Amino acid sequence: MNELIEKLKLQLIEQLNLEEIEPDEIEATEPLFGDGLGLDSIDALEIIVLLEKEYGLKIDKPEDGKDIMYSVETLAKFITENSAK
Amino acid sequence: MNKLYINRHIKIKNNSVFIDGKKDFFNEEENLLAFLKSTYKNYGIKYAKFFKMDALSKLGFLASELALIDNNKDLLPEQTALIFANSSSSLNTDFKYQKTINDVPSPSVFVYTLPNIVIGEICIRNMFRGETMFFVQDNFDAKFMCNYTKNIFENTDTKQTLLAWIEVSENNEYHVDMYLVSEDKSEIELNEINIKNKFEL
Repeated sequence: MNELIEKLKLQLIEQLNLEEIEPDEIEATEPLFGDGLGLDSIDALEIIVLLEKEYGLKIDKPEDGKDIMYSVETLAKFITENSAK
Repeated sequence: MNKLYINRHIKIKNNSVFIDGKKDFFNEEENLLAFLKSTYKNYGIKYAKFFKMDALSKLGFLASELALIDNNKDLLPEQTALIFANSSSSLNTDFKYQKTINDVPSPSVFVYTLPNIVIGEICIRNMFRGETMFFVQDNFDAKFMCNYTKNIFENTDTKQTLLAWIEVSENNEYHVDMYLVSEDKSEIELNEINIKNKFEL
């Protein structure tokens, strides 16, 4: 899980053009949106694209998106739990 | 109506930034985005959203930051207008987006497939809510842009305007000329000849 979290941090930095942020500056449990990294709705769409392109995963229920994309940790959990299916 | 003046002129062209006619920054980066990043770093600008912008917005954003340095006017958000033009519209980004369609379309590229997004970026940064317009012209029409700007001052509550040509071609050729215009007296009156002279420098 920790390895996946570190990989996700790098992928988020690249996909979302967070050029001024180092992986170590992203806390795995901190919110990605709002007060945390300050991501916006377009970033949310990019994360959905990242999940599909890199992990072949789709968020079936839009209402689950908020919880899945809450933090790097919740994203990693979603990938771990759904990749094996 | 009162006369209008050019209070500041920013040119970004050929890997260089000119402020009021004087070369202020040069970087030999051949890649446009690398040059824009070096310009951003050189001027110590802090705005994380810059890195998410397309080349057209980055160019306009950088020029506006330099045009508005030391601009401490106590204006209402509605009193700054942005009147921009170019010839390639958002073609540079349109092609980039077209390439992503074959795979999974990129939302963050898609949002820049309109030329006037650069105006939105500058307005968000500075909290401007004045008149805005983005014209697509074959070439920089100095007379038209000058008259349009005068008209804005005459018929609205506008107190300052960013008038600009911001071009990025499909092949990453770029050229920005941005003029900060207001009624504050300077040596350069706003007219077709003065705009043209600065544009052709």
